[in-house]
Amino acid sequence: MKSLSEIDTTSKRACKAAGYSWGIAEEVGKNIRLLEMFGLPGIKNLNDYFKKKKQKRFENLNLINKENKAIKLEFCPIIAGTSFLDQAKALENLNEIYFEKIAYPLLFLPFVSRASEIIGKRIFIKLDDKEFLLNFNNNIYSNFLSNNIIENAKTISVKFLNNVDSFEKKEWEELYRLSEDTFVEESDSLKETGAGAGLTDND
Amino acid sequence: MNVELRDPNVVMKLSRLGSFHQSKLSFLRSFLKEFKDWEYKRDLFELNENGYGTAVYSFKKSTRVYSLICYANELNENERSDRVIATKWDAAFVLHDGVPTKQDIERLRNEVPKQEVGRLSYKELTLSRANKSVRAFNHVVESLSKGNQPDIELLSKVGYLYRTTAVYGSGKFGLADRFRIKNREEIYGPFRLEMMLVYLVRQFTFDQVDHVAKHKNPKKAVSLDDEICRNLGIGNSTGLGMAPFIVNHPTLLNNWIVAKEIALKTIREIKDVKTEDSDLFKIYLKKSIKNITSWNTDSEYQQKKIKSLLDDLNKFIQFIEKDFDFLKEFAFNNIYLWAEENLGEECIEYIVSMMMEPYDDIVNPLINQMSSEEEKYFNIPTDRTIGELREILEKKYSEIIKIDFSKKENYQNFWFISKNKEEPRMADRFNENGSELEQPLAIARDIKKLYEVISVAKNSSTIDKFLLNNNDLRHVVRRAFIVEKFPYSEIQDNTIGQSIIPIDMLRLKLSFFGALKFDPRSDKWLRICMFQGAPLPHELKNYNPYWVYNSLN
Repeated sequence: MKSLSEIDTTSKRACKAAGYSWGIAEEVGKNIRLLEMFGLPGIKNLNDYFKKKKQKRFENLNLINKENKAIKLEFCPIIAGTSFLDQAKALENLNEIYFEKIAYPLLFLPFVSRASEIIGKRIFIKLDDKEFLLNFNNNIYSNFLSNNIIENAKTISVKFLNNVDSFEKKEWEELYRLSEDTFVEESDSLKETGAGAGLTDND
Repeated sequence: MNVELRDPNVVMKLSRLGSFHQSKLSFLRSFLKEFKDWEYKRDLFELNENGYGTAVYSFKKSTRVYSLICYANELNENERSDRVIATKWDAAFVLHDGVPTKQDIERLRNEVPKQEVGRLSYKELTLSRANKSVRAFNHVVESLSKGNQPDIELLSKVGYLYRTTAVYGSGKFGLADRFRIKNREEIYGPFRLEMMLVYLVRQFTFDQVDHVAKHKNPKKAVSLDDEICRNLGIGNSTGLGMAPFIVNHPTLLNNWIVAKEIALKTIREIKDVKTEDSDLFKIYLKKSIKNITSWNTDSEYQQKKIKSLLDDLNKFIQFIEKDFDFLKEFAFNNIYLWAEENLGEECIEYIVSMMMEPYDDIVNPLINQMSSEEEKYFNIPTDRTIGELREILEKKYSEIIKIDFSKKENYQNFWFISKNKEEPRMADRFNENGSELEQPLAIARDIKKLYEVISVAKNSSTIDKFLLNNNDLRHVVRRAFIVEKFPYSEIQDNTIGQSIIPIDMLRLKLSFFGALKFDPRSDKWLRICMFQGAPLPHELKNYNPYWVYNSLN
């Protein structure tokens, strides 16, 4: 089994060899390491993308808007991802962002996952029918469990999720009441010797 | 009194980094301190009469076990090479996480001797190989087998029976990634498991030489005397492979240097130095001179450095004995200021290392802060402005941005990865092919380029906008924001200039390892000795922490 360190180094070098700058190659090394750690087929997709890149051109998406449509070609997932990561704080205000035609979208995913950590919000991303919940770059929850290459996604939506509870108020109160069963009622004499007791708070 | 931390523009110059010496912070010393209470055992020793076979050594505490598995092989003289391109060695070693099963030992027998072309698993932590110093090894076998102890004079010239030619860890060739083990308290300090491997290899070399001598002459042979063993270390041949490490791990580099700098600052701020502490400083300063007078090297460059170190040290000792009063306030600060004024870099750094000796209470808490969570600082803060970036560059790279990179001599060399061994190398840009595949290690040149490019950018513009068209400079934008937080994370020198001495970069790292007696064999590789004078494993429970100055050699 390859170690994550080997995966990082080899992906970085391969990315540089495929024509990207060292700075972007460093991002890709970290990204493929993340994908593989989360159990997603990073190496497989990166390798296939770089092979395809020799025969085919892809479009660079530098400035990300609410809606982003590739004109003739498909978007390069690495440049689109780098832009997304760099612009994440500004993009958060858009709430939901749409893309059309991103090649090898699994390679776009870790950039968005890292953005989730940077802005401190969960992000829900849909690549056609494949759904991914990106949890602050700690893990990825998905209905995509295969080890396949995804050559492209026609429609991609990215939604920034507000930090809200996943449960009802009533459920919380029920659970809290149960937790109170671990507390002990304090006697009056103990209350008189607690922190702050006996002093005037107006001093 | 508040003493400022030393200026990174002074400390992080290559000539200064190349003058660093071992200290109480060094990893091999902190390794021994951490593992002194662990149970040491030789679990397996199955060698034939020539010393070839398998051995296992372990350190154990509670349920945690680390086991070194040694594979000693027959090697023809013409196959023995210290170069990284070698494919066979006298012995190969792996540190296994836990107690290896028979199947583990057999699996690893097929992989470990192959080193870089073998495959390890997440159950293995570090990997190494070593060659005999044939001269020393054969002499010891001959002597012991005749019932005599070896010639100490000869051994002191070599300093070891084996020298390692590489020690790998952190995920190389399938070894365990650091994330799997980083929360173990016993390995909070850097390179702990690499140090453990080398330390146990040293014991293997003593056991092997005894074993071979005994089989040669079972009736007469004696064991190598413990005192002689203690004064032998493990040699190491180190090439340029180490140099990029310190460029590629900026926050880790910072944490090593900052530990040293905080220790120095705190010691300089001591108002009244206790007599017992000043005595200890003086005693070990004098004792340590033996480590310099026994420092053998054919390198003219190093010989000059040793001579100047010795001259300076004699001058310094005269000063503290005749003209200096430790009872005056802030004595160590006065010493430091005098040293900066009167001594060369090599001796200044030597004295800084020695100043730490009396102060466990200052040094020990710093040891566990020498690792780094590098991932935390990887993302570029793209909402920051060009104005802020410019300020960082002007403040943190003030010397670098003065370098004129239009002059050939300032970009004469380039760093690359060799195709045959995947090892970092340096070559002359104008005489060798391959500079188009240059590694991103020319930080000074690229920082200067970044500075020039942003000189025409708006101060209020944000980094995300700048990167839209300047991703070729992304790697140095990242570094600039790292050095803002970590002032000692960057070498403040040109790593591709004509006058670069790459072994300065190696020396920095090796001094933190705790290596002694740097012996440059060229400007691109050197030999060192580790653990010379160190306690033997069975002595660890009550060892003298100043062992490094007690060497007979």
